[in-house]
Amino acid sequence: MNRPGDRAGGGALGSVREPGGLYAAPATLWLTVFFLAPLAIIVAYSFLTPGARGGVEWTPTLDAYRAIANPTFAKVTLNTILVAIGATAVTLVIALPCGYYMARSERQTLLLMLVMIPFWTNFLIRIYAWIAILGNEGFLNDLLRALGLVDESVRFLYNRGAVMLVLVYTYLPYAILPLYSTIDKFDFSLLEAARDLGASKLGAIVRVLLPNVKGGILTAFLFTFIPIFGAYAVPLLVGGTESYMLGNLIADELTKSRDWPLASAISLVITLVTTIGVLLLLRANGASTLGGPAGEASADGAAPEPAVGGAR
Amino acid sequence: MSRPASPRRSSFSRGVFIGTIVFLSLPLLVLVLYSFNESKSGGWTGFSVKWYVKLFTDSPQLWRAFGNSAVVALGSAAVATVIGTLGAVAVNWYRFRLRGYLRTLTFMPMILPEIIIGVSLLVFFSGVGLRLSLFTVFVAHVSFNLPFVFLLVLARLEEFDFSIVEAARDLGASDGQTLLRVILPISTPGIVSGFLTAVTLSLEDFVITFFVTGPGATTLPLYVYSAIRFGVSPVINALSVVMILGTVLLTWSTRNFLKYIAAK
Repeated sequence: MNRPGDRAGGGALGSVREPGGLYAAPATLWLTVFFLAPLAIIVAYSFLTPGARGGVEWTPTLDAYRAIANPTFAKVTLNTILVAIGATAVTLVIALPCGYYMARSERQTLLLMLVMIPFWTNFLIRIYAWIAILGNEGFLNDLLRALGLVDESVRFLYNRGAVMLVLVYTYLPYAILPLYSTIDKFDFSLLEAARDLGASKLGAIVRVLLPNVKGGILTAFLFTFIPIFGAYAVPLLVGGTESYMLGNLIADELTKSRDWPLASAISLVITLVTTIGVLLLLRANGASTLGGPAGEASADGAAPEPAVGGAR
Repeated sequence: MSRPASPRRSSFSRGVFIGTIVFLSLPLLVLVLYSFNESKSGGWTGFSVKWYVKLFTDSPQLWRAFGNSAVVALGSAAVATVIGTLGAVAVNWYRFRLRGYLRTLTFMPMILPEIIIGVSLLVFFSGVGLRLSLFTVFVAHVSFNLPFVFLLVLARLEEFDFSIVEAARDLGASDGQTLLRVILPISTPGIVSGFLTAVTLSLEDFVITFFVTGPGATTLPLYVYSAIRFGVSPVINALSVVMILGTVLLTWSTRNFLKYIAAK
């Protein structure tokens, strides 16, 4: 991003090669050995034959990729996609008005703290809190029994709904924070201008605000979609067999069925989806922030808006 | 009608926000409440601090796990901070081969789902014949902490102009002196927040640790995980409250410390 030549006085950088290589060596070496090499091994393993007790035999095959396509795995993949899209959509729909409200508030620090405290709480504790509420011996069942509404515990956990709920709970702050910081930079006089020209309140938000905070929406989308797509702990702890996700499948293939090539192949699919998502984000953000053509275009586009808004 | 929408008038977003805050905090409040419940399970039977007493006096395995977590968190954060800071200094101020490669390499672990990092490291460790232990957990934690330290220090360094380094050199400072006397002091806020972020991430991590841990190397999140599998436990309720308070305190003091540094 920051090319050395771009900065003030950067011309001198050409002469300052040393000791940059020396300083960079430990980080480069560490991440090459303990991040990139493991990924490369995963790629290689996905094309090999499973060993008897884990590991691989060096006979090339495409079996792992054929296995992904079989109906059992296709079902898990479909479930993962549905849960990821559903939970991300719910998260964004809640997070947008939250970010908007926080950006317009005069007590931003306080509101930020209210969002951050649950966010700072340990990931497992947050999952556990929902087990303590929704479990058979949990808070909600206690309450329902005490009120005489039910005689036997209601089974709230271990289904797809519980997985979605806890995922939304876990990743809401990941969506609220980037949306808040993007909306906070938005020039709200544009909204007023649109309204003065006759746009409805909703019309002004949809046609003027949203296009201008596109980058924040995309960031929020990826911050929630990527970890949810690779979710492991949440479906493991509050899900049932029908709410299994790809992350659980990888773990099972790795530790129970001991089919390492298959575990590697599924990991690669997740890696690929993630990488494509991030590349799309970078492209879209590059278009809307570099020189701001997209942002300015939509701000100018506010002028013809009232006709549309008024016609409704 | 045509008056600009003020925060008080935007009742829809306000309603959603209040609902969200209730949604986010209610589960934690339930944990706090139940940690003071006398009975082991079921309804409220009376106020008691006995689960806190049990947590602090009669949970040896829990504290051993906490000890492991503390060692891994401080150790991995320290290594990641040294390596990550040097990397950030190099990328921000010097020109060297593989500069673009290092930038990409520090970006990728942050975007990949944790399970991918955990699985690939497990396969890697088994491939090179490294036995799973607290050491492999440490190695994994350095790997996911490093990018965060790198980015936080880099963000701090980007506020400064290269002329600072040039001035130091013109005045006769060696490379070592420039690093220790000029670059590191101005990067302190970035280094401190990088280190503390690394400690927090390490204490927090469950998924990656789950894959690369070995016998006897249980960390606190792993202990909580095995306790949750046996159902709701009042000691875990008490532990949750202590952990929530601990994080709030840690974050609050970090903020104040950073403000203090900035004011100096």
